Amino acid sequence: MRRAVLALLAALVWAGGGRAWAQANLAGSGRLLATSGITDVEGTGGGGLVPWALITGYGTNDQIGANLHATVAGEPDFLLTSLGAGIGLYDRIEFSYAHEWFDTGRAGARLGLGQGYQFHLDVAGAKVRLFGNAVYDQDTLLPEVSAGAEFKAADRHAVLDAIGAKSPDGVDFYAAATKLFLSESLLVDATLRFTKANQFGLLGFGGDRNDSYRPEFEASAALLLSRRLAIGAEVRTKPDNLGFAREGPAFDAFVAYFLDKHVSATLAFLALGPIARQGDQNGVYFSLQSGF
Amino acid sequence: MRILLFASLLAAALTGRCMAAETLYDQLGGHDGLSRIVDRALTLYFTDPRLHADFDNINRDWLQPRFYAFFCKTTGGPCVYKGRAMAPSHKGLHIDQARFNAVVEDLQTAMDESRIPFRTQNRLLALLAPMERAIVTR
Repeated sequence: MRRAVLALLAALVWAGGGRAWAQANLAGSGRLLATSGITDVEGTGGGGLVPWALITGYGTNDQIGANLHATVAGEPDFLLTSLGAGIGLYDRIEFSYAHEWFDTGRAGARLGLGQGYQFHLDVAGAKVRLFGNAVYDQDTLLPEVSAGAEFKAADRHAVLDAIGAKSPDGVDFYAAATKLFLSESLLVDATLRFTKANQFGLLGFGGDRNDSYRPEFEASAALLLSRRLAIGAEVRTKPDNLGFAREGPAFDAFVAYFLDKHVSATLAFLALGPIARQGDQNGVYFSLQSGF
Repeated sequence: MRILLFASLLAAALTGRCMAAETLYDQLGGHDGLSRIVDRALTLYFTDPRLHADFDNINRDWLQPRFYAFFCKTTGGPCVYKGRAMAPSHKGLHIDQARFNAVVEDLQTAMDESRIPFRTQNRLLALLAPMERAIVTR
């Protein structure tokens, strides 16, 4: 009997909470289509490769938003998969998590790791919008500016140690400035990242050649073709810490389609530069995202 | 002498360009085009469930000429807007960003229906976007 009463109470509280939720329209997706951006491979709201200042999802300053992503990047010698989720609170704070699978395919056998050997990376992200609004501030050049951190943990500690990485864990710190030039239908972002990550952290942090934080520059430009369609390009420089294998900047050129405020898809040409002595990795990136 | 010639050529080129340049008002179809957009946008506002609370108590016949004059003047058209500024006219209405954006979305729909090119639409929205600071008070 007491259990039934408790269940009834719980149901009432849940229903009441649901109604309050709907009344406050807390999940009302009040921002304009496509102004959520997408989610990058590390789970942070941005472009596909670069974190932006925008807070993920469609929540306004009195709403919350969220986004799930599933991303696959097929390169000649590797397959990178990323699944994750992000939540945006009051267009001010973003928390995110992503898990990455880095499948070495046949390259794994060539490297002596075994065919299909996989590296994994967990990324927990936090971002705070400091000032500005990329969409509304059309009468000033001031961008929307956010600062964030990505807490990363790689596995395969013995292998990372063997290739000269100094740590399997690391933290990236970044500041991102994003501006929509609405009269030109153009969005641009510039991001400065302090990181020790080797290949985004998949190959650990720091190395025999360098083990200190270095500033890395990242940028995106996107041209809006319609309310639903954008094309653009991104660049992201990376540290080159490991003597075992050189590392270079990554580039992409993308087309993003926003079906509505709940579903978007991004297709890109993705050039990651050389990875683990396997030569330049030029491939295809596809990301499916869903949220509110 | 050569500099003078260059300067006069430049001036001629600039004034020629200015004279040829259409205002955004023209690109939106002048009086007739803008009237159609404003009429359609207001119809959407008065029927949009997201905006009921804001438009229910407003007389459309009172609002429409003011709305048109405001858009006409904002886009460089030959109009005088005698209504109140954005901040005082929206004071106390507790408009949030979601409703501000709903107004933008309905305006986009109205412009789509008038076949206004996306880039032209964005030039108008770029003029309206900073008004968020005066209109949104939540």
